[in-house]
Amino acid sequence: MTSHRTTRVALIDRSKPLRFSFDGKEYQGYEGDTLASALLANGVRVMGRSFKYHRPRGPWGAWVDDPNAIITVTLNGLSFPNCPATTTPLVEGMRARAVNAWPSATFDIKSGLDVFHRWLSAGFYYKTFMWPNWHLFEPMIRKMAGLGDISRDVPEGYSADQVFDHCEVLVIGGGAAGLAAARAAAEASRGVVLVEDHPVLGGGLHQMAEIEGLAPTDWIAEQVSAITSAGGRILTATTAFGVYDHGLVGLAENGPFGTAPRLHRMRADRIVLATGALDRPITFADNDRPGVIAVDGACEYLARYGVLVGSKIALVSNNSLADAAEVLLAEAGAKVLRLNPHDGPMQALGGKRIKGIAQGAKRHDVDTIIASGGMTPLVHLWRHAGGKLNWCETRQAFLPGAAPDGMVAVGAVNGAFDLDVSLSEARAAGNGKSPDLSPTSYALTPLWPDPGSKGRQWIDFQHDVTLKDVELAARENYVSVEHLKRYTTLGMASDQGKTSNMAGLAAMAAVQGRPLPEVGTTTFRPPFVPVPLEMYHGHHGKQLWHPLKRLALEPQHRAAGAALGEYGGWLRPGWYGKGEAKQLIHQEVLTARGSAGIFDASPLGTIEVMGPDAETFVNFIYYNTIRTLKPGHIRYGFMLTEGGIVLDDGVITRLDQNRFVISCSSSHVDSVRTHLEAWRQDGNNPDRIFVHDQTQHWATVTIAGPKAREILAALALDVDLSAKAFPHMTLQETHFEETPMRIARVSFTGDLSFELSVRCAKAPALWEAIVKAGQALGAAPIGIEALSILRAEKGYIMVGKDTDGETMPHDLGFGVPRLKKSAAFIGDRSLHCDKANATNRKTLVGLSVPMGAPPLATGAHLVDGTPPRSQGYVTSSYESPTLGRPVALGLVENGAARIGETVSVWHLGDIREATICAPCAFDPEGERLHA
Amino acid sequence: MQIFPCPFCGPRNETEFHFAGELGKVRPATDEKIAAQDWATYLYAQRNDKGLVREVWIHLTCSELFVMERDSETMKVLGSRSLREDAQ
Repeated sequence: MTSHRTTRVALIDRSKPLRFSFDGKEYQGYEGDTLASALLANGVRVMGRSFKYHRPRGPWGAWVDDPNAIITVTLNGLSFPNCPATTTPLVEGMRARAVNAWPSATFDIKSGLDVFHRWLSAGFYYKTFMWPNWHLFEPMIRKMAGLGDISRDVPEGYSADQVFDHCEVLVIGGGAAGLAAARAAAEASRGVVLVEDHPVLGGGLHQMAEIEGLAPTDWIAEQVSAITSAGGRILTATTAFGVYDHGLVGLAENGPFGTAPRLHRMRADRIVLATGALDRPITFADNDRPGVIAVDGACEYLARYGVLVGSKIALVSNNSLADAAEVLLAEAGAKVLRLNPHDGPMQALGGKRIKGIAQGAKRHDVDTIIASGGMTPLVHLWRHAGGKLNWCETRQAFLPGAAPDGMVAVGAVNGAFDLDVSLSEARAAGNGKSPDLSPTSYALTPLWPDPGSKGRQWIDFQHDVTLKDVELAARENYVSVEHLKRYTTLGMASDQGKTSNMAGLAAMAAVQGRPLPEVGTTTFRPPFVPVPLEMYHGHHGKQLWHPLKRLALEPQHRAAGAALGEYGGWLRPGWYGKGEAKQLIHQEVLTARGSAGIFDASPLGTIEVMGPDAETFVNFIYYNTIRTLKPGHIRYGFMLTEGGIVLDDGVITRLDQNRFVISCSSSHVDSVRTHLEAWRQDGNNPDRIFVHDQTQHWATVTIAGPKAREILAALALDVDLSAKAFPHMTLQETHFEETPMRIARVSFTGDLSFELSVRCAKAPALWEAIVKAGQALGAAPIGIEALSILRAEKGYIMVGKDTDGETMPHDLGFGVPRLKKSAAFIGDRSLHCDKANATNRKTLVGLSVPMGAPPLATGAHLVDGTPPRSQGYVTSSYESPTLGRPVALGLVENGAARIGETVSVWHLGDIREATICAPCAFDPEGERLHA
Repeated sequence: MQIFPCPFCGPRNETEFHFAGELGKVRPATDEKIAAQDWATYLYAQRNDKGLVREVWIHLTCSELFVMERDSETMKVLGSRSLREDAQ
């Protein structure tokens, strides 16, 4: 009998047995067990295989420090990979499997790999598989390595709540120090939150017989009642996994197994760190065998779960804390043999089962080895927050040094291993004081890895890094701890080196003969324990991440059978009607060319710029000259970045001397508004210019097509619609049902076109009137898909689709302001830099294909040379129902000068021919536009 | 996550802000001749100081630009003022 359940009073509920299985075998545990404690209670100590050598492994620790027992758990048909057995609560019906082992952890088929360990040292794969190409071997090697398989089933409802929270004092760690600090702070009327990662408060107290004259559970209950009645809050099963900028603490509150933890973003005025300390392993030969367990881990298994880790136990420790452990384990019925690690080199004997321990020539017959090479304070959060560490020679450990703002460390994390010292520190901290380093009764003799000593001695259990790997790294000059870490992968496993980092850097210090503090530590980074990515994601998806903007006319579109989709952040009609989309879209194009298309253009930006300096301002904002624009007139233009790159295009209307309306692209409204505000406030007098985004206040219905004038006339508005009185690129202001209406004669289709804008409230009436008038003349609503074809036929661009991050306006055929505009404007100087003047700039062209050929693929590259080199690409490509052939736009090197040239177009390995042509394929003379 | 003080809205999450530039950057008068080097400096050269920095930020939710003083090393925010106040 090795590990087994005792009758000791513990934190499990023996009235609630739970059934579970591991590697196919059935077992029983109790409510309150972890997977690891339940397996140990059943005498199972091999819980996994190591990452590289497939060595059998069992738990070293009893909580977050364990690197070994990694399990895939299936519960209710869903599997959760890589659960640490030591922190996974046991649930009825769990089916657990060891990762990285097949068919089971005990009989792993790949265990033969261990024989080759001599060749599998650090850097082995990189050195060996260099020829001909690492990537050739990588997939096979990756398949052999690694931990559990990720489940393809997404658990239903697996979504994390996210909470923003604040408190005056956040106490991290619910052991004796944390409880005392939280109570002191709460009783001093401070708003306290206490977090503890175990489901049960108390930390190491459960190992003790009494505290301040009370049984541990009674003492804990007394603190809890004092804290809560003073208004403090306590979160158990909650891990403080990281401290971020400006004191933000990330808390992961675990719910039942299989649910996503709840994320608390906690801001605290003051943080009391009471995170405790961990045993560090002793580096001796075969120290990775199942049954080599941390001293504190063994005590925790007994105190919390009533599990004795072995019957005949060798206790190897270099420090004074082992005395209490010896008593505790002996009282529970174990035969404990104390060994002094300084008496000679040691080796664990046995394979899957410990058969003894050898020290020098002596051999001791034991079934379990528990070890402690001293305590390592859990200073992770302290370092996240930017706190400094000091090396303490007495304790042979890094302790909190210069404190980060608003943080104080108390108890074992601060090197206070004596309970009375710990409590008085904690109470002082709860009252707002910062304790100095206290004297301690804790004593130890330094014990670090011994380079050159015999046997395979593990430093990092989870990543299979041995002392020899560290020696090799030092020989190959990877002596900085950060290099050591990356070369050997020491401390890079999912336990992030909680047990291995100290041994690793001590080994490096010993190899180099440098003092340990000089070698230093690697960077501590969040998260302290692995947390599911879902926790960061939370509800930030779909509508809650980026709510769709909705049209005032959405009910009308729905009634008309619109296929609604997201276009540039808006929910808009793609097309109307039921049936094959392509056919419907083409019919809409033909309707628009034959009669008129009725289009909801409300998402187009409506940004008013007003004030005495408005004219100068828009003249500066625009590439084009706006100063000369007369009231009632409209101009097409570009906004550029200071780098000269096209930011947006659109029309600007001058309503009167000091008032302009900028109509930017639907999807660029926010960026244009921010652009305008930035220049208005920084570089101009903001009292003389006002920018008002009215996009959401106006609804715009466009009638585009040869019958547009007739349809509009049916509305009997007080406006002369004749081409002479109302020419292209002008605006008329009138009224519709007694509310203001603007009619802009602008076109995005190349046909006669009126854009009618009214207040949103009047949009339904306007829409219905136009649709009714249009129906009589063969017009119908069209969606944005048809509009995209219509504009491409005409060679009109969409910024961001037909332009890229290098496109300047002269690449699009708008070169005049660059040469003629004398006033300063954004991006002006950039348009004359060497790159802007280059002759091989990608410019906008049309692309035609031979008769009968299908459309080019959007994104296909125009190529030349061997190997093929891209000289541009197709930006828009459609089948044009109007012309009965494909049309395409593209950006091509020096394209404007190459009209008529035949080019090769590459797409997914196929090469086709196309001819460069002018962008405008429909009505190039513009007769229809000006009709 | 940092907390930035908008002079108009008070302390808010950093996700509501955008960096708008280092304070003191002057746009060259482009109606005169500007050497390519000077223009490139204006466009791309940043002081990127370690320690105390003065920067222009925009609070996207209220669209106001302001000047923020912070320590680029410790990430401490030392204060913020509206552009108008700062200009005085």
